[in-house]
Amino acid sequence: MLGKTAGGLYWMFRYLERSENNARLLEAGFRIALTRSAAAEDEWMSVIQTAGVQTGFLERHDTADSSTVTDYLLRDKTNPSSVISVIEASRNNARLVRTALTREVWEATNECWLTLKDALARPVRDRELPEVLGLIRQQSALVRAALHGTMLRNDIYDFARIGTFLERADNTARILDVKYYVLLPSVMHVGSSLDNVQWETILRSVSAQRAYRWLHGGDINSRGIAEFLISDRRLPRSLVFCYTKIVDNLAYLAEDYGVREECHVKADEVLGRLRGHTIETIFEQGLHEFLEEFIRDNNALAGQIEQDYRFYG
Amino acid sequence: MDKAESIFDEMLLGDDNARSPYGEYHDWFVAEDPTRLHHKSREAETFFRRTGITFNVYGQEEAAERLIPFDIVPRIISGREWARLSRGIEQRVRAINAFLYDIYHRQEILRAGRVPAELIAQNDAFLPKMIGVAPPANIYTHIVGTDIVRTGEDQFYVLEDNARTPSGVSYMLENRESMLQMFPELFSRIRVQPVSDYPKNLRRSLAACAPPACSGKPVIAVLTPGIHNSAYFEHAFLADQMGAELVEGHDLRVIDGRIAMRTTRGYTPIDVIYRRIDDDFLDPLNFNPQSLLGVPGIMDVYRSGGITIANAPGTGIADDKAIYSYMPDIVEFYTGESAILKNVPTWRCSDEDSLAYVLEHLHELVVKEVHGSGGYGMLVGPAASKREIAAFRDKLKAKPGNYIAQPTLSLSTVPILTKKGLAPRHVDLRPFVLVSPLGINITPGGLTRVALKKGSLVVNSSQGGGTKDTWVLEE
Repeated sequence: MLGKTAGGLYWMFRYLERSENNARLLEAGFRIALTRSAAAEDEWMSVIQTAGVQTGFLERHDTADSSTVTDYLLRDKTNPSSVISVIEASRNNARLVRTALTREVWEATNECWLTLKDALARPVRDRELPEVLGLIRQQSALVRAALHGTMLRNDIYDFARIGTFLERADNTARILDVKYYVLLPSVMHVGSSLDNVQWETILRSVSAQRAYRWLHGGDINSRGIAEFLISDRRLPRSLVFCYTKIVDNLAYLAEDYGVREECHVKADEVLGRLRGHTIETIFEQGLHEFLEEFIRDNNALAGQIEQDYRFYG
Repeated sequence: MDKAESIFDEMLLGDDNARSPYGEYHDWFVAEDPTRLHHKSREAETFFRRTGITFNVYGQEEAAERLIPFDIVPRIISGREWARLSRGIEQRVRAINAFLYDIYHRQEILRAGRVPAELIAQNDAFLPKMIGVAPPANIYTHIVGTDIVRTGEDQFYVLEDNARTPSGVSYMLENRESMLQMFPELFSRIRVQPVSDYPKNLRRSLAACAPPACSGKPVIAVLTPGIHNSAYFEHAFLADQMGAELVEGHDLRVIDGRIAMRTTRGYTPIDVIYRRIDDDFLDPLNFNPQSLLGVPGIMDVYRSGGITIANAPGTGIADDKAIYSYMPDIVEFYTGESAILKNVPTWRCSDEDSLAYVLEHLHELVVKEVHGSGGYGMLVGPAASKREIAAFRDKLKAKPGNYIAQPTLSLSTVPILTKKGLAPRHVDLRPFVLVSPLGINITPGGLTRVALKKGSLVVNSSQGGGTKDTWVLEE
């Protein structure tokens, strides 16, 4: 496979994952704003922070409210992380690697782009938001389904999956980091009665509120949530889950190509560190420091994979 | 010549009768519910959009991707008509390859005075770097798309030879694919020769031209300028269908006298490049130094037998519009036979008398740039305004050698489906020809382009033309 093709597959699925994450962030923010109008502006700003686009947002808008945030995260082309930007980037990468995709995957990606381009052609009003967000989730799910249902399990698939999980791990870590920062006062009072709605946004941002309830009943607390999102190997958006997948997919590549590269060592190290921690040691070290280090490691691994598999010249 | 009377419609004779190749189809058509046909027509558009069969239009916003409109009424050619056409095309393509070999070697045709030497020496499409180079099996034009127009029952003309990098074959294949999906019943009723073997034949034919350095099964790659090129869809499509790699210049480099592509496991040599970039961009070391699309040093590898480039560099000298007017001589010179397919009479504006004639008759002529393509920069006299003609006159006077002129042919029409039913529109035809040591292979059919505007003679997709599926009937 061409190095460029491996890179294209990896980015195609990183961007696709990002579009879904953005939609979910917005959904969580929207919900909070609906239920707690007093804190709405703070909540909208925290959505922008979590998406990591604060600087760009403040250049375009003075206030964070449902219409400015929605517009910036969904359809502003000056925002490289907006849904329309990442869907376009995902589809451009798909065009680049067209020969590596089945007709089903390509058509689902193209359809996803056509549908969302259309849905996001005009500003999205509050009452249309749930429908549009649903559409974004549905369209990216169709692409993923086509991938799972029709693609050979070979290096093509591996690069697609590695892109997906690197992006997802980065996203989960950032949500946890920003949200904890916002909620810091309540973290200091572990054991005191927590603001349930706020905590639920974290879970909602990663589509894990029901999963958490199944596993932990009604007991929502900060440590429980952090542990769930970092270490639970059953949760498909936890850091441990993402890294288990990354390590697996890299291992398939090593087996396929008959060579272990530097990135294999790095990925194993990150997973080892994640597993070596308990929630207690994480909180001792400081959650923020822990997550910061993780995001750095994750970026470094991404760079190493690019280099080892010759994505660029 | 009164145009309205002399236009030949390939399908209809009067209002109700169809010519013989269209007999079966016409019977089916009149029995169909028009609403269903219009519905199918929209269905076809959805199919093309979903599949991403689009092209980018130059001069428009970079992201603008457009569909080429597809008309569901097929263009039908009888087996007999096709047999004659394909004999003529084969003869012409053989002559072109012999001409190219000669031009880059002994230049017998120039010595014999059949083609003026200055026409070659001063031509931008002539590549001195190709002198003395013998491509594998002496084949220069592996892929040709001969443009043919029709004006009457047995009146076929070659309009252009397209011996560089003809495009459109993906539309030929996808048009058939969508017709098969939409109207399976028609294909069980009417015996239409298949076109679907084209990618397989292309692969086989390219593989048969592997260079001396190739050991084992030839590795084939399609070289594209990238996703913003107007024909990118086709490049990806062909690579996909052939099971070849789709590469860009920056994926390639010269290693140990071979062209190698950067894979996830290091560099691997390739044997045959089907390039979809122009000569000028092929090699910044040998041609345009600004080019980022090509591969530095590929010409040196080519000359030493390390790679096959299809089509060979320098083939443009054969489909140049100034050379075109000499094609009947060229065919005769190399094959010893007179040309089966006619040329459109052509005035070379470099010639003083011709220029004077052309300037006087601009309103009735079609004037084209010698190196132009895609319908850009041409004047269609009868359709142009006085101001356009005046502006063109100045351009022509400033650089006469840059232009040729031809009479406005009354191109044949084939009906398209409009809201009001069938309506005649002008068409042309581009059959696709493969040349290899295995022989010359012409896919029965090709791409029919149709001018969607009433009365318009410009069929180019970049100028609002559409396409039709082209059927060649089994004998």
